[in-house]
Amino acid sequence: MTPNLHLWLIPVLPLLGAAINGLVGKKFSRQAVVSVALLFSGAAFALVLSVAARFSTLSTPHLEFLATWIRAGSFQADFAFYLDQLSLIMLLVVTGVGFLIHIYSVGYMWEEAGFYRFFAYLNLFMFFMLTLVLSSNYLLMFVGWEGVGLASYLLIGFWFTKDSAASAGKKAFIVNRVGDFGFLIALFLLIKHFGSLNFETVFQGVSPMSPETGGAGLLTAIGLLLMVGAAGKSAQIPLYVWLPDAMEGPTPVSALIHAATMVTAGVYMVARSHVIFDRAPSALTVVAIIGTLTALFAATIGIAQTDIKKVLAYSTISQLGYMFMACGVAAYSAGVFHLMTHAFFKGLLFLAAGSVIHAVGGEQDMRRMGGLKEHIPWTFWTMTAATFAIAGFPPFAGFFSKDEILFRAAQVSLVYWGIGVFTAFLTSFYMFRLWFMTFFGTYRGTEPAGEGHGGHDAHGHDEHGHGGIHESPKVMLAPLVVLAVLSLVGGWVGSARFEKFLSPVFNAAVVTPAAEAAEHGSEMLFTGISVFAAALGLYLAWLFYYRRPELPQQIASGLGGLYEAVVHKYYVDELYANLFVKPLIAGSSLILWHGIDRDVIDATLDNSAHGANEVSDSFRHMQSGNLRSYAGWVAAGAAVVIAYMIWMGTR
Amino acid sequence: MVPISYYLILSGILFACGVTGFLIKRNIISIFMSIELMLNGVNLSFVAFAAQWHALSGQIFVFFVMVVAAAEAAVGLAIIISVYRTRETLNVDQVDLLKL
Repeated sequence: MTPNLHLWLIPVLPLLGAAINGLVGKKFSRQAVVSVALLFSGAAFALVLSVAARFSTLSTPHLEFLATWIRAGSFQADFAFYLDQLSLIMLLVVTGVGFLIHIYSVGYMWEEAGFYRFFAYLNLFMFFMLTLVLSSNYLLMFVGWEGVGLASYLLIGFWFTKDSAASAGKKAFIVNRVGDFGFLIALFLLIKHFGSLNFETVFQGVSPMSPETGGAGLLTAIGLLLMVGAAGKSAQIPLYVWLPDAMEGPTPVSALIHAATMVTAGVYMVARSHVIFDRAPSALTVVAIIGTLTALFAATIGIAQTDIKKVLAYSTISQLGYMFMACGVAAYSAGVFHLMTHAFFKGLLFLAAGSVIHAVGGEQDMRRMGGLKEHIPWTFWTMTAATFAIAGFPPFAGFFSKDEILFRAAQVSLVYWGIGVFTAFLTSFYMFRLWFMTFFGTYRGTEPAGEGHGGHDAHGHDEHGHGGIHESPKVMLAPLVVLAVLSLVGGWVGSARFEKFLSPVFNAAVVTPAAEAAEHGSEMLFTGISVFAAALGLYLAWLFYYRRPELPQQIASGLGGLYEAVVHKYYVDELYANLFVKPLIAGSSLILWHGIDRDVIDATLDNSAHGANEVSDSFRHMQSGNLRSYAGWVAAGAAVVIAYMIWMGTR
Repeated sequence: MVPISYYLILSGILFACGVTGFLIKRNIISIFMSIELMLNGVNLSFVAFAAQWHALSGQIFVFFVMVVAAAEAAVGLAIIISVYRTRETLNVDQVDLLKL
């Protein structure tokens, strides 16, 4: 017996909210907009909770067929939803964290114009994200995949009158398009070889293939192409460049879309496709290498950033790198575990950063902060929890998940592990740098006045200003506290239990107690080292940014060019601009615009119009308006006709 | 008997005179008379052919043309008088209110 769970309601509820707010919200009062948005996202969360409560009684995976969508020949794609342990966790994260961020946004966005628009987009995002997570085939997943990209674009460019926000939105969309290209080709390959995009059909088709042959490179190709898509959505090298710019959006958006949920879609997709990746070891290696490199690369950039949200953005990229590293060493449950804890603490970090920005009147530059600990104690304490969680101190959530990833990576290769531990050290360093610069020392900014940030427009994103440093309203603090608690206890479930819960999805071999005991010794050693790395990061940050604030300047000037490169994000944006953007613009402008559009298409039309004009102009003189000349033309015409008749007659 | 070509040549000359007068004259009355000349040139060819082929239809046509020409003369002269009263001129080049 499979009870009807009405899974379809989970995504449709936020869609209704988006439709109501988006279509008629303009006429609503702010209170009405808020109640619609919170009601529908909250209802989705409640529904997910009820599903979770009944989950143990279900036979998984639970498939809910809604309607046939496309049927062409033997190919069929349905509106059908797929619930298993993996999608349940994603559902809980998306709706839970999403609902909290909805609540937070009420306080954060209260003063903004386009309030209804913001909540309509936010609900729309929830709809697409839930579609992505719940879909039972790659095609519906792709719909959600594109939809969250759309919502992300709309929300990054929420302040669309600002040029930088509008172009950041475009950048995110276009870079994602590169990834989606890979994803689409992977889908075409799947259709070609398996005749279906349903997860179950595809995975059944894949299962008999052995890892050695991997369908003669087919699975490797599909895996790599899927990874291209995942790299775009989840901001991995080489497609990560859009995520830092995406910080132009409102801070709750950064928290929800660009930290907690959407960017983890790539991880979810790789984990969902684990059947394919398991049989394509070389693709898996690429995933691991990309993840590891991204983790390290983004962490080093994060060290030198001064914009509080940019630090968090690079930190997000780096943490996503950890998740891909975990997937790359086939420790999918560790990756998903980190995805979950990361959603808690990184969502919290962004929300707390938003609260800080709110407090100091729209300032985002950490160099103009400092000493905020006394002024905004709630924000300080919740942010402290998140910072310790991301740095990987026990017993916070990040410790458990990161430790599990590092341990599993070490079993595959010590190189992954070494880079991972070094990245953990860097993570701890830049997060505590942020922590010390923001909350300790003396306040270095000017007293925030009503609209007193005209002097630094580049950073004055969030147009808040009430005068004086002040704590955020309770509606913003409540989600912070909830997430802080989750950041603390979220990891206590333990990676082993988490893995056991997910084992039906990943078919992981259950570790026997004896083997576990044997591993225990070495695991303790690895744990000790990673905790030591985190503590070292804390100590150095304390030394540099609290004890002796003049040191970083000296070190920076000592490093010279390297420091410059890090500050400028290794010039990757400039490299891409020179490599892709400028040639594209030059080609479009010289060949397509000047060469083809103007000289061929326009010229054809223009010249035929000119020709017609000139011929008409010569005929125009016949119509002089002089009646007698008309009569003359008639007579001349008649004469010609007569002459012709005579000539015909005499022939 | 006079051959038909003589009548036809005379008819053509009359018609050509009418056309020429119509084109070069500026006085409305002269133009009007040129029109009558053209009509009569045509009438001449009608009756010439009627006599040649012993067919009555040509002569009947001539009567029609004459009737229409008479009616036209009545209407046309009325218009000419009206034009002269309002414009105090009979020069067609100056009767150009409809021109741009």
